Amino acid sequence: MAVIKEHGEFPVIESAKGSVGIVETRHFTFAHPPRPFTFESGESLGPVTIAYETYGELNEAGDNVILIEHALTGSAHVAGRHNPEDKYPGWWDVMVGPGRAFDTERYFVLCSNVLGGCYGTTGPSSIDTKSNPESNPKSDPKSGIPYGLRFPLVSVRDMVRAQKQLIDHLGIKRLRSIAGGSLGGMQALDWAVLYPEMVDSLILIATAPKATPQSIAIHKVGIQAIMDDPDWNDGDYYGSNIPRRGLAVARMLGHITYLSDGWLWEKFGRKHIEKQSDERGFGSKFEIESYLDYQGKKFVERFDANTYLYLMRAIDLYDASAGFPSLVDSLTRIKCRKVLVSSFTSDWLYPSYQSQEIVNALVANDLDVSYCEIDSLYGHDSFLLEHEKLTYFITNFLTSLG
Amino acid sequence: MPPIKRENEHDLRPEFDCIVQTVERGSRVLDLGCGDGRLLARLTEEKEVSGRGIEKSEEFVTKCIGKRLSVHHGDIEDVITNYPDGIFDYVILNKTLQVTHNPRAVIKEMLRVGKSAIVSLPNFAHWKIRLELLLTGRMPKSPALPFEWYDTPNIHLTTIKDFKGLCRREGMAITREIYINNQSPPIPEALVAALPNLLAEIGVFVLNKR
Repeated sequence: MAVIKEHGEFPVIESAKGSVGIVETRHFTFAHPPRPFTFESGESLGPVTIAYETYGELNEAGDNVILIEHALTGSAHVAGRHNPEDKYPGWWDVMVGPGRAFDTERYFVLCSNVLGGCYGTTGPSSIDTKSNPESNPKSDPKSGIPYGLRFPLVSVRDMVRAQKQLIDHLGIKRLRSIAGGSLGGMQALDWAVLYPEMVDSLILIATAPKATPQSIAIHKVGIQAIMDDPDWNDGDYYGSNIPRRGLAVARMLGHITYLSDGWLWEKFGRKHIEKQSDERGFGSKFEIESYLDYQGKKFVERFDANTYLYLMRAIDLYDASAGFPSLVDSLTRIKCRKVLVSSFTSDWLYPSYQSQEIVNALVANDLDVSYCEIDSLYGHDSFLLEHEKLTYFITNFLTSLG
Repeated sequence: MPPIKRENEHDLRPEFDCIVQTVERGSRVLDLGCGDGRLLARLTEEKEVSGRGIEKSEEFVTKCIGKRLSVHHGDIEDVITNYPDGIFDYVILNKTLQVTHNPRAVIKEMLRVGKSAIVSLPNFAHWKIRLELLLTGRMPKSPALPFEWYDTPNIHLTTIKDFKGLCRREGMAITREIYINNQSPPIPEALVAALPNLLAEIGVFVLNKR
């Protein structure tokens, strides 16, 4: 039985059966100097650590690997719990486990935290092991100074190339499928053009071949909010006050973009909160306001402001047709056997026309692609909530690969 | 053309048999308005086609995915315009032409993205329909046209003569025509083929550019 946890930080659906249980995050470090990792920007950095989790077993042929890519605020922790007392399981727990869409009895499922992230992979909040702690009075003299804005600009391409190092390290030669929603879908698509011989199939959900001006505009507001926070200090806030107000506001805006008008009416309507402390002023009066307050507050406790900037920028800059006259030309490199694309009617952040653009380009390249626009109320968050439909599609899709 | 075998008397889709017989083994096929994918499934199984469908209903698209078919969810008249030239051997429009908004544009697109088009359609000039209109003065209904006039997807009904006229005007060659009559009283197939506009319930046409 599936239960939606209310008032969670993000919508999480739990199923009573078929959980992967207790899991642990592992780490892989590479690009030790003098061979650092070179970013698309031309800058280099090393060493790089990737945090990752795996579920299920790699088969003898080594061909049952499913790579899941997380979105903006996700992590390697897709499913299960780290400790029995954890309030919530991984961000896509309902989709990964024995008998679930990504069936851990058949597949070896893997997810890693993106380069630039703040959940164990090297990012702006990571300590620069080559830094001199004495040069900064705020830093921990034992460990060093975090990169902050000295961390190179990260692109989706950089994320994929770093993840490839992990895949190579695990001895994986071929991926049965790469699945992702939102930023995760962008990574999946980039994998298929960069390493076409390795990618058997793709599952692209609520994603896009490039950021729209609307999406860039929304990110701009979030970026500005963080940079205008008095504690921002050019990204050098570690060991001091974090720019919590700016980050909370950025998150509130982000959160609105994941919902839909219809869902907001249904979930909140114009309901007032019961106890209002601030009758005369402009404090929260409506439940939706209180909800946003809560979302902002929880987010700053778990997410790094610099990472938020870097990942929003990576999405802004992503363009699957870059360097080519058209998307059709760009996707000729793809050699997948099959692709599954899905979008949601109420998703206005990653609208269906963008998924359809990908589908049309894949058809023009004579690729076997199926597309469904799922009728849903939940907006962009549908990719986390419409698990029954997605499970049906994904289970049939993966089975059809043979 | 060998006689059309009907699997059972209640099978209202003998045109499937026609289409399956027409399509060559191993072809690239597009089924416009593929419904729950049953025709594509038959073509895949019997003729090993590389097929895909376009379908408007999410419910039917879901069924197609359940059958492990490639399907593109959308309106056939919009979706087809995004496909490049000549990538299919056959483009099929099975009893759906009369539902489209712009039937002329649809068959032109079919012959742009495909080398051959297979169109099947109900014949509004069938003698029973003519008789019903003549005798009752009301919009005729038949097994092929079961809907009420105010609640029907059929917005562009036509006759076999009119359809053939359209093909001629658009410079399309009809390379094969098969006429089906399911209704009682049974009429010899040769007679139906000789007087199709009067006696055929359904016409199946294979079109190519001239």
